[in-house]
Amino acid sequence: MSEVREPKRLMKGNEAVAEAAIRAGCRTYFGYPITPQNELAAYMSKRMPQVDGVFVQAESETSAINMVYGASAAGARVLTSSSSPGVALKAEGLSYLAGADLPSVIINIQRGGPGLGTIQPSQGDYFMSTKAPGHGDFKCLVYAPATVQEMADMVGDAFEKADQYRMPALILSDGLLGQMMEPVALPPIKDPADCPQHDWAMTGTKGERAPMEINSLQLYPEELEAANTERYARYDVVKANEQAAELYQTQDAEIIVVAYGASARTAKSAVDLARDAGIKAGMVRPLLVWPYPDDSINDLIEAGKVKGFLTVEMSMGQMVEDVRLVVNGRLPIDSYNRTGGLVPDPQAILAKMNEMQAQFAEGGV
Amino acid sequence: MTASIKTPLTNMQMRLAGYGGQGVLFAGRVIANAGLLSGKEVSWLPSYGPEMRGGTCNCSIIIQDEPIGTPLVLEPQVVVAMNKLSLERFAQAVEPGGWLFVDESTFDIADYTLRDDIKNLVYPYAQTASDNGIDDEQGNPIGSLIMVAAVWKETQFCTEEVLEEALRISIPDRKQALLEKNLRALAIGKGL
Repeated sequence: MSEVREPKRLMKGNEAVAEAAIRAGCRTYFGYPITPQNELAAYMSKRMPQVDGVFVQAESETSAINMVYGASAAGARVLTSSSSPGVALKAEGLSYLAGADLPSVIINIQRGGPGLGTIQPSQGDYFMSTKAPGHGDFKCLVYAPATVQEMADMVGDAFEKADQYRMPALILSDGLLGQMMEPVALPPIKDPADCPQHDWAMTGTKGERAPMEINSLQLYPEELEAANTERYARYDVVKANEQAAELYQTQDAEIIVVAYGASARTAKSAVDLARDAGIKAGMVRPLLVWPYPDDSINDLIEAGKVKGFLTVEMSMGQMVEDVRLVVNGRLPIDSYNRTGGLVPDPQAILAKMNEMQAQFAEGGV
Repeated sequence: MTASIKTPLTNMQMRLAGYGGQGVLFAGRVIANAGLLSGKEVSWLPSYGPEMRGGTCNCSIIIQDEPIGTPLVLEPQVVVAMNKLSLERFAQAVEPGGWLFVDESTFDIADYTLRDDIKNLVYPYAQTASDNGIDDEQGNPIGSLIMVAAVWKETQFCTEEVLEEALRISIPDRKQALLEKNLRALAIGKGL
């Protein structure tokens, strides 16, 4: 990447992701307030008018996601954002977007649940994002940024891939990343005119072509099954091409910590502490959690050095199920989880690694 | 008294705490920007949870050479307590040999036993701001920038030029009228 970046500036994750979306050519945003993502919508309300964009504070989250459907059908590069309970309200609309093969980006600045829960950070929406973002058979691309810089970088990617595969993309962030400030080098400004023009977009017939239809209703069983089959064939391509993970200190690692997003930051600190204590620890950090980086984990198992995995999550243990699917009983998996808005502490993760190390020394698990 | 942490303190974990409206988050932003301008890795994490509803707020700042893992500050070298609640909540966290800055404008510090394994710097920052006409748009005295200068003088977390530039870039364009007052606050703090 040789693109020219501006000097770094201090920004909140919520602001950086909003500015980066505009720089990626997004000129349509629909949202509804909720903590801890409010700075994102507030930033859009200020910036969109300056770039001749559209900002609408809808009357509800459901309304906002359906505005996204409309804008996407008209070919717009479109964004909405919310936090956990608000994203749950968008589930119906997400399913319709998937059913109509419409690209869009949805940002989730997660907070603790269930219910109204807390406004503090959480990763409790992993299942919702990766397994069942709505009713029916479909998937969304799910990006998992761990820094403010990644918040800014991933939103542009999300727009591109959503267009390429004609599917919704989620940015699965959380209150910690949304609220914190870090130095960020913003991506270059893209002219919306340079964004992909879609031949399927409903831009008006201008009397020159037959009207088009964008719809998620398919009442003939064979047609719906064919559409689902085609969509899943596309998902296979996504799985083959879009897996991504950061590997940290994995070369000779015996204990592999698997963590994404904010908890990966703490996990990385814990890996450093473990290395200082003589434990061969490393980390796999999924950059996307759907598709899951199965190949990275498989490669490490096949290399033969790993003795066990430790998942670290700000949930009761959700991503661990994807790790179990890949590991498939070959090696032990332990977990360290915090919820309620609490963020894992590196020392507690280190203590867990010490326990694992002791178990390996005894030869049992 | 244990040995104090050596200065200049160019790798620093810091917690700033006080009431909402005292400029604690802004002061933190100035310090974080100083780290950025010094070419360091920086994080600034505000409290935004239930404690905000109670009228207190705090932020955690990390400035270091290495990339930052968790942005949580668990063992700060520097704690600034701009009120009594913050003193009670965060004073114990200071790493031995570190610094505790306390604004005693609104309570009697004599009621507290201060730790002898850290350096305690107790001063009426808000009162000094009030005496010098350092206030916000609503006329509330802002002691936080005087405090930033006091922290800088004691720990040397950046150069003097960087500190002033950090202040300039931390003030949004629409509020540049406040720059002069804030520069004056820095000057007062340096002179303490």
